Amino acid sequence: MTQSVVVQVGQCGNQIGCCFWDLALREHAAVNQKGIYDEAISSFFRNVDTRVVGDGGNISKGKICSLKARAVLIDMEEGVVNEILQGPLRDVFDSKQLITDISGSGNNWAVGHKVFGRLYQEQILEKLRKSAEHCDCLQCFFIIHSMGGGTGSGLGTFLLKVLEDEFPEVYRFVTSVYPSGEDDVITSPYNSILAMKELNEHADCVLPIDNQSLFDIISKIDLMVNSGKLGTTIKPKSLVTSSAGALKKQHQKPFDAMNNIVANLLLNLTSSARFEGSLNMDLNEISMNLVPFPQLHYLVSSLTPLYTLADVNIPTRRLDQMFSDAFSKDHQLIRADPKHSLYLACALMVRGNVQVSDLRRNIERLKPSLQFISWNQEGWKTSLCSVPPVGHSHSLLALANNTCVKPTFMELRERFMRLYKKKAHLHHYLQIEGMEESCFMEAVSSLSALIEEYNQLDATRSMPVEDLPRLSVAV
Amino acid sequence: MSIVTVQLGQCGNQIGFEVFDALYSDSHCPQGLCSKRENEVYQASCKERFFSEEENGVPIARAVLVDMEPKVINQTLSKAAQSGRWKYGQHSCFCQKQGSGNNWAYGYSVHGPRHEESIMNLIQNEVEKCDCLSGFFIIMSMAGGTGSGLGAFITQNLQDHYSNSLKMNQIIWPYGTGEVIVQNYNSILTLSHLYRSSDALLVHENDAVHKICAKLMNIKQISFSDINQVLAHQLGSVFQPTYSMEGSYHYRRNPLGGFKDPALYTSWLAPVNAFNVWKTQRAFSKYEKSAALVSNSQFLLKPLDTIVGKAWNMFASKAYIHQYTKFGIEEEDFLDSFTLLEQVVASYCNL
Repeated sequence: MTQSVVVQVGQCGNQIGCCFWDLALREHAAVNQKGIYDEAISSFFRNVDTRVVGDGGNISKGKICSLKARAVLIDMEEGVVNEILQGPLRDVFDSKQLITDISGSGNNWAVGHKVFGRLYQEQILEKLRKSAEHCDCLQCFFIIHSMGGGTGSGLGTFLLKVLEDEFPEVYRFVTSVYPSGEDDVITSPYNSILAMKELNEHADCVLPIDNQSLFDIISKIDLMVNSGKLGTTIKPKSLVTSSAGALKKQHQKPFDAMNNIVANLLLNLTSSARFEGSLNMDLNEISMNLVPFPQLHYLVSSLTPLYTLADVNIPTRRLDQMFSDAFSKDHQLIRADPKHSLYLACALMVRGNVQVSDLRRNIERLKPSLQFISWNQEGWKTSLCSVPPVGHSHSLLALANNTCVKPTFMELRERFMRLYKKKAHLHHYLQIEGMEESCFMEAVSSLSALIEEYNQLDATRSMPVEDLPRLSVAV
Repeated sequence: MSIVTVQLGQCGNQIGFEVFDALYSDSHCPQGLCSKRENEVYQASCKERFFSEEENGVPIARAVLVDMEPKVINQTLSKAAQSGRWKYGQHSCFCQKQGSGNNWAYGYSVHGPRHEESIMNLIQNEVEKCDCLSGFFIIMSMAGGTGSGLGAFITQNLQDHYSNSLKMNQIIWPYGTGEVIVQNYNSILTLSHLYRSSDALLVHENDAVHKICAKLMNIKQISFSDINQVLAHQLGSVFQPTYSMEGSYHYRRNPLGGFKDPALYTSWLAPVNAFNVWKTQRAFSKYEKSAALVSNSQFLLKPLDTIVGKAWNMFASKAYIHQYTKFGIEEEDFLDSFTLLEQVVASYCNL
């Protein structure tokens, strides 16, 4: 069994990270009834003997003493991290695995990347090495950040290069929150484009997330809960957005609910690697199957169901509905419509009481309405994990490598060009040592090249699917 | 005459368990529909073939379990031990922490050489426990990374070290509509390598077994467990010892004289030789009468052709190739595999 380390950077990254650790603890508590530290828990947590001072306290087997998250928390402002360290999860974090500063990055990618990158490079390396040493077999770094700000965007992407150089064999999975159109940070297009170049070059896999989509999802759930349309009540804890166990009538801060969706995404992504099932899917299989060409590593994700009704019966129809929903544009975590774009590859990660025949039936049913690229007509990767998420009897995470990400990137480029043409706010960046206009130009070209790749793939949609002539051999 | 089984990857280990379970259940079946003495000889022969004896009477499967990550092996070991009837040897497994990532190249070029010694030692241990080794039975899937890549590597090794023993590979043909996206690449690489080192490939298609579960057995929600049990049942009935009343392992020529239709036979084989029947008095697994058919025919032509075609289309676009070249499998190796398989397809076509 392998371990993963979560690196949460910036305000957004740390808030999502916090939700993730809360949910992860609850998931393992629900599964691991006997309190024995097993390999599943060890993938994200260390077991520490709190009586031991210093580093020697790791316990690899036996009863759970004290769980510590395999996490590194980075923020250039103290507010968010301090809140976490004073909150209910304070004991889960190792106080030595933090890097904070006071002044913040001022929503400036260059400050995050160049200034703080240089300043904290040694410390970052040290914390990362320490967290790797605690692992028996480190497989993956999960980086959580936003693209629109300064720290998450700049320092978060600086990290990627460090990770690539220091741990070339370890996967880098990045969960990136992209700014929505109505984002209140004016310089978010600059930050995002500069960060995109780094993601293109140094990430193995990126899961783009859009705040607007998350917001739409929670609005939908709210509507359903409050409209009384459902008749029977919703099972407590089953909302993909719920955090503190009980179903709250009045919403917590909206970001809490939105962050929980992303936290669930990460849990479901790793469930088949942590828990048993009849068809396992490890993290290295995600990259292997969903990334046909190194640059095209952006995966659109969708989670279903968003809630479970209290009645226990799961008629086949409802199971099938779960599969249909996964492909609807309302359930995607970015503004995209994969059904009407071109699939390069698709992964279905199922949890709970679902068998291979259910999978096959639904793939057969949905395939005709989806368009796959000519050389990957059966481009499905599937996994079955027996352990369902807390509060559900089954769930589905769909990951699509699909050209529907293109509009998001094109819009980003649009917004960037509008600002850049006027040279608005540029001086804030150019005054940072190491930043020149060429940095911006390179970043835009990198994005344009990516968009062009997607364009070329889309162009193949209108071509007829023909089998290529095979090798002819003499017998 | 003993058979040493090598179970590779998730598929191989999950199926392997079901096979040993089926073999055990059958040999300890109370209604043999034959004489007591016949039953005893049958049981003894089956036991010797597949199990070795333990001190407190619980037979140990003659098997080596290999996987590159621990979850499945742990599950398999505990399921066997829990049954209380038979179990796997304590030191018969080889396990690593990180899987092969569905990557044939990783299984073949990285895991293979790295763990060659350890795995071959385990196999050697099992072989030494046998009085008389008849051969190896290797269970693997083609679609993944460990079963396929490491399986091909190990089979090659077995060919080098035990060239006088029979090697039969049980390969699982994946579902047509993907379980793994790169399954076609993994399959053609596996098949082309196995052709050079295996003596016989016994093929089971997931699609076919699935249909059996659905249509013939009417199972509503088919799980991999169901599929594996059907498979194990088929394999069991083929592998159990045949025994004739003459008191030795005789096979009898077909009293019916073979099929009449000449189209069923190749030109170079006389009908009476093409069809061999082994008849055994002892019933299999409580069935009053049962028959199992193992054939070498053109049935595999269409699936093989399909897989080669799909792999070729994908190869032409160069998709996913970087994942293989990363670990030393170059485009040349792919081309070699394609060439070999096209020859196989052509050979079967020309029959």
